[in-house]
Amino acid sequence: MAKQIEVSDLDAYYGSHKAIEGITMTVEPRSVTAFIGPSGCGKSTFLRTLNRMHEVIPGARVQGKIMLEDQDLYDKDVDPVSVRRTVGMVFQRPNPFPTMSIFDNVAAGLRLNGRISKSEAQGIVETSLKDANLWNEVKDRLNKPGSGLSGGQQQRLCIARAIAVSPAVLLMDEPCSALDPISTLAIEDLIAKLKNDYTIVIVTHNMQQAARVSDRTAFFNLAGQGQPGKLVEMDETSKIFTNPTQKATEDYITGRFG
Amino acid sequence: MTMSPSVITPVSFNRRLKNRVVQGLVWLAFILAVIPLISVIWLVVKNGLARFDTEFLTHSMRNIGARDAGGGAYHAILGTLEQVGLATLISVPVGLLTAIYLVEYGQGRRLARSISFFVDVMTGIPSVVAGLFILAFWVLVLGLGYSGFAGALALSILMMPTVVRSTEEMLRLVPNELREASYALGVPKWKTILRIVLPTAFTGIITGIMLAIARVAGETAPLLLTVFITDSINTDPFTGPQMGLPLYIFDQMGRPNDTAIDRAWAGALTLILFVMLLNLAARIIAWWRSPAKGR
Repeated sequence: MAKQIEVSDLDAYYGSHKAIEGITMTVEPRSVTAFIGPSGCGKSTFLRTLNRMHEVIPGARVQGKIMLEDQDLYDKDVDPVSVRRTVGMVFQRPNPFPTMSIFDNVAAGLRLNGRISKSEAQGIVETSLKDANLWNEVKDRLNKPGSGLSGGQQQRLCIARAIAVSPAVLLMDEPCSALDPISTLAIEDLIAKLKNDYTIVIVTHNMQQAARVSDRTAFFNLAGQGQPGKLVEMDETSKIFTNPTQKATEDYITGRFG
Repeated sequence: MTMSPSVITPVSFNRRLKNRVVQGLVWLAFILAVIPLISVIWLVVKNGLARFDTEFLTHSMRNIGARDAGGGAYHAILGTLEQVGLATLISVPVGLLTAIYLVEYGQGRRLARSISFFVDVMTGIPSVVAGLFILAFWVLVLGLGYSGFAGALALSILMMPTVVRSTEEMLRLVPNELREASYALGVPKWKTILRIVLPTAFTGIITGIMLAIARVAGETAPLLLTVFITDSINTDPFTGPQMGLPLYIFDQMGRPNDTAIDRAWAGALTLILFVMLLNLAARIIAWWRSPAKGR
């Protein structure tokens, strides 16, 4: 079940260093939102605040408000673990659990979060792998280790693992940057398919990719070295890439900097 | 004579010579390192086989006269197994949990830094000192007497820092991405450590524990001070003096008969075999749990 995210006036810190400042945006359900911007502008940091992964780093903290539908993610009573169950994440580098088979990798989230019957697990693993467009490639070797797959397959395995716990939102932190063009295409097709059921947020350095997969695009930038990153503008992807309101956005997407 | 950098030249005589010399030195160092190892094994096997028989493995030294042949190390083997086993039972949980605290929870906190410092200090404790400490504290002050358990306590003082250090290193090798992947699935931290981090580091941790066991299995001085020596079988590690293989070797070696010297060599052979079997067991466990096995 996809959900809407509303962020208002969000700051994130690493110790005393302010990494992002004053971010306000709405992420629509059942759509793909892309974050673009130069390196170090805080896109990934911001993405990680959306499922409270930011605070996993020692000294990191967040100020501001993020509403997932009617729930405040940073409310004092909210358990960050349950937030991460609702807001899944796929990382830059494929990271299947090396001690587990393909099957166990996909079932990991379910098993680690509570007891689940074998047949139930089997059904969910199969649908997740099918949703991740990986089923046909691995159905005959589900008990082989996940680390034996190619990079692109591993990344799709990680996506299957993330969607197996049926989150409301799926965050992707440059999911294709370590992959070749064919695997990238496979993942992009998958994103297009997944957006029917999930709210998807993707950080990417590849502007063509943002243009291809996303419905809305947010451009982040930082005012200067050591300054916090800020949201410059956010709009329909077609508008950002053809007729942005801000000069900085235009400069970035036309390749004048960054 | 200057050469322009764009000219491709054959490898100069000078470099070939240096290469040869360094290669020779490396080989020499390797051979020098292996000579003592091979000669020790050779000597122990050659001299130890004379008495390495079923009687040796199944009999104690009880009622064996000073000049009698026969007798064995059964009481010593049993004692070593119990003492080392108990020491492992004490030091592995403590060491493992300490390492988990240092890597997963400590991260730059003052407590973690001081624990780290004291672990380093403990690594440098001479084994006699560990024995003396248990002798003073356990045997004399508390008046609990010599026992296999006192020896196990002394051994665990020596084992703990090794277990902590090796486990810590193995846990640090687990990529942070795996922890994050687990967190991102909504798995709590303690479960992530238990189900993701520890299994990933499992083979390395086991190897470290086995090395720690091998290190203390041959300790003599602390056992002499805490376990004492006996010729009889004492199956109870909590009361009365026991024997251990290192103690047995030490004891037999000091007796002035060839039969005793032969027993000492057989004891040394048993000890080496024990450590080798442990290593083999570690390898098998590592292989059995290795993720690459199914590939």
